[in-house]
Amino acid sequence: MLLEINPLVLPDIGLVFWNTIAFLVLLIVLGKFAWKPMLKAINERESGIEEALLKADKMKAEITAMQNENEALLAKAREERATIIKEAKEASEKMVNEAKDKAKSEYERIISDAQAAIAQQKNAAMVDVKNQVGALVINVAEKVLRKELSNKADQESYIKQIAEEVKLN
Amino acid sequence: MHLFNFYQELRLFKNFITIFAANFEIGMYLNRFKSLLVVSLSLMAIIFSTAVMANENHATADTNHAASTAATTAPHEAKEEGDFNVTETILEHIKDDHSWHLWGHTSLHLPVILYTSKGLEYFSSEKLVDEHHEPAVYHGNFDYKLVEGKTKIVDANGNVDIAASKQLWDFSITKNVASLFISVIILLVVLLSAANAYKRTGIKSAPKGLQSFMEPIVLFVRDEVAIPNIGAKKYGKYMPFLLTIFFLILTNNFLGLIPFFPGGANVSGNIAFTMTLAVCVFIVVNLNANKSYWEHIFWMPGMHWSMKLFLAPIELIGVFTKPISLMIRLFANITAGHILVLSLICLIFIFKTVFASAIAVPFAVFIGMIELLVAFLQAFIFTMLAAMYIGMATEEHHHESHEGAAHH
Repeated sequence: MLLEINPLVLPDIGLVFWNTIAFLVLLIVLGKFAWKPMLKAINERESGIEEALLKADKMKAEITAMQNENEALLAKAREERATIIKEAKEASEKMVNEAKDKAKSEYERIISDAQAAIAQQKNAAMVDVKNQVGALVINVAEKVLRKELSNKADQESYIKQIAEEVKLN
Repeated sequence: MHLFNFYQELRLFKNFITIFAANFEIGMYLNRFKSLLVVSLSLMAIIFSTAVMANENHATADTNHAASTAATTAPHEAKEEGDFNVTETILEHIKDDHSWHLWGHTSLHLPVILYTSKGLEYFSSEKLVDEHHEPAVYHGNFDYKLVEGKTKIVDANGNVDIAASKQLWDFSITKNVASLFISVIILLVVLLSAANAYKRTGIKSAPKGLQSFMEPIVLFVRDEVAIPNIGAKKYGKYMPFLLTIFFLILTNNFLGLIPFFPGGANVSGNIAFTMTLAVCVFIVVNLNANKSYWEHIFWMPGMHWSMKLFLAPIELIGVFTKPISLMIRLFANITAGHILVLSLICLIFIFKTVFASAIAVPFAVFIGMIELLVAFLQAFIFTMLAAMYIGMATEEHHHESHEGAAHH
């Protein structure tokens, strides 16, 4: 019954025996000298590649960060430049204005001084004129009074003569 | 999950019944998580298998008939030159042999190694045949004669001594054993040199030559077979086993497709070969199986006790049907391929005209191409299922604790 089945599906003990040996030999030898180094190398390579990729990503991130930093620095520098220029402009403007103000005030001072001096001298001159006129008037009056006292006609001609002599400045 | 297991048992059990249903396994495997599809495929497979079995019975009846007629008419037919028995020719090519045909009338006579009650003895298989290639009696410790390709002890009259033959252990280096050794040597040379390349060139350089040919296959086994089925944590331990199985099957499948020396032997289509590998898988799976695996077999958690009692024997059968299905699948696929190619070639001799080759040869080439695919596919499926069984046996079941907590 069971033994009548096709010999094709009846395993031979010899083949099973040699097969077991062959398989075990392969398993041990290949396991130790082929699969182990192979898998180890493949794993190492893969982890190496992974590491390299991670490193590259990290570097990329670093470069981006650096770029951002540079840009920030650049922007800051630009801003600073702008402020400096602005400040310089302001300072120069201020200086010019100050100089202008100063010049104006000096000029005004000089003018006012001059006007004051003119006015003073004018006053002095006027006083002088007034004094001289006063003195002349007294002189004339004295001479007139004297001439009157001698000859009336002479006095008059004299007065005329004196009046002609008097030259107001 | 339990439902799935149950269906899988059904599937494997059915597989056990018919070897031809094994061909549908590829499709089934892909849908292993879609129980609906599994059900429909199971139905389909059962329908198909019945049909195939019917055909097969018919065919067997035919062959038996042919064999018996051949036997009765053999004496007459043997003398007629050019008479041709297809079944015998094909089976002769598929079976193991003590001599390896090289070319023309040259054959390699392989050593016969026998262990009997009188100890070990070995002699050339040349002594078991006479000059007409008919079995002859060799007088060693006993009288030996080849009966249907197997060495038997015969008595003085040339009749088989059944009782004594049972004591005979045949460890001969047959054609299959020699071919197996050749494949072992090829594997050792190729893989050791490929492995040495890593030492020589280091890991920084790209793989070259043999190394670049082997590396994708190793990576394929690792990434497509081991890691998805066993898990990234535990796969490392089983990689040498899976790789060895894969490459051994692959090499023997390819060697079997070469029609002349050093190929031509039908190693991976031999039940002894597939059985050895299946037993190895069985041992590895059950030695590494964890507690929850056995619990799921003998006392399925989360079920009523009556269901547990019902499931235990089914699950227990599953423990054995898994490796048996592996054994039969590989054997049947490779043997079927060889039979197909040989049948097509035999067409020329059946029609007794050279013009039959116009049809037979292109078809044989076509089937040969498919066989190349099958050679790879079967190595892959065997390894894949072995990995799956290991994965199932070592899987951590976390959901039970949740279930247990829910009950309390």
